[in-house]
Amino acid sequence: MKRLKSIGAFWYDFVVGDDWRVAVVVVAALALTALLVHAAGVNAWWLLPVCVFAALGWSLRRATR
Amino acid sequence: MTALPLILTVFVACAVEAVEALTIVLASGLTREWRSTFQGMAAALVVLAVIVAVLGPTITLLPLTALRLVVGALLAIFGLQWLRKAILRATGYKALHDEASAYLREVAAAKQAAVSSRRGIGDWYAFTLSFKGVLLEGLEVVFIVITFGANQRNLGAAVIGAAAAVLVVTVTGIAVRAPLARVPENAMKFAVGIMLTSFGTFWGAEGAGVAWPGNDAALLVLVPVVALVALGYTFLFRPRPGSGAVARSSEQVVSP
Repeated sequence: MKRLKSIGAFWYDFVVGDDWRVAVVVVAALALTALLVHAAGVNAWWLLPVCVFAALGWSLRRATR
Repeated sequence: MTALPLILTVFVACAVEAVEALTIVLASGLTREWRSTFQGMAAALVVLAVIVAVLGPTITLLPLTALRLVVGALLAIFGLQWLRKAILRATGYKALHDEASAYLREVAAAKQAAVSSRRGIGDWYAFTLSFKGVLLEGLEVVFIVITFGANQRNLGAAVIGAAAAVLVVTVTGIAVRAPLARVPENAMKFAVGIMLTSFGTFWGAEGAGVAWPGNDAALLVLVPVVALVALGYTFLFRPRPGSGAVARSSEQVVSP
């Protein structure tokens, strides 16, 4: 169990890293993009870049405060 | 998209990781014992090769849309992590990665550890130090090779980029017999962060169903825009004169 936990912690740190909020924003933005494209017929190519830039700025602001 | 951007991106990303792995291998080999160090390195390379050989072809069996959604999301998150760290280093909020001091830290630790033989390995410390260093740095290389290669349906080109980087760094390391402290690692990490974030965003959005204006040519706009935003944040978050902001976190040798 302990080994399983440490493997999970390693992969979490490997992919998500220091700020989990960035990962949440990226996943939420992708879900919203898919919703807009498939349910509303909007080609929302701009949404993910905007969210990525916002997430990066937000994360940096928190880290430098 | 041609294979050249793919090979170059993988080459630069892998060169950065190879430089860090080389520092650990040199510290282990020069301070402890070369035979056990090489055994650790070889064991890690075998594990990494098996991961690529198994995961690479398996992941390419997935439908391209699903693959791009999942891999794009992972790559964007992974790339933002690199970019965040690179910007924090560029602004001085995080200590710059310095191979010379990383090497000295590893050498100091290696000198203190006792020599013990285990499972036919002459120096278990040298073996595990080398194994862990190469494996952990190599995992990032594997991640980049598989995600880029699978998305472009060109795993071979990604492997060529990675292998070339490892070869160049290894040959240079053997020639100078010292950590490659002059490699502009922090600038390279900044560039890799930009590429990973750009490709992750591009593929992730495509996987979500988006049609990019200009199709693949959109990347030619997206990459410079990500670079400009990253540079803008570096300017915006730089410490103001008199704010007293200094590098406030040292780092481990094994880190992106």
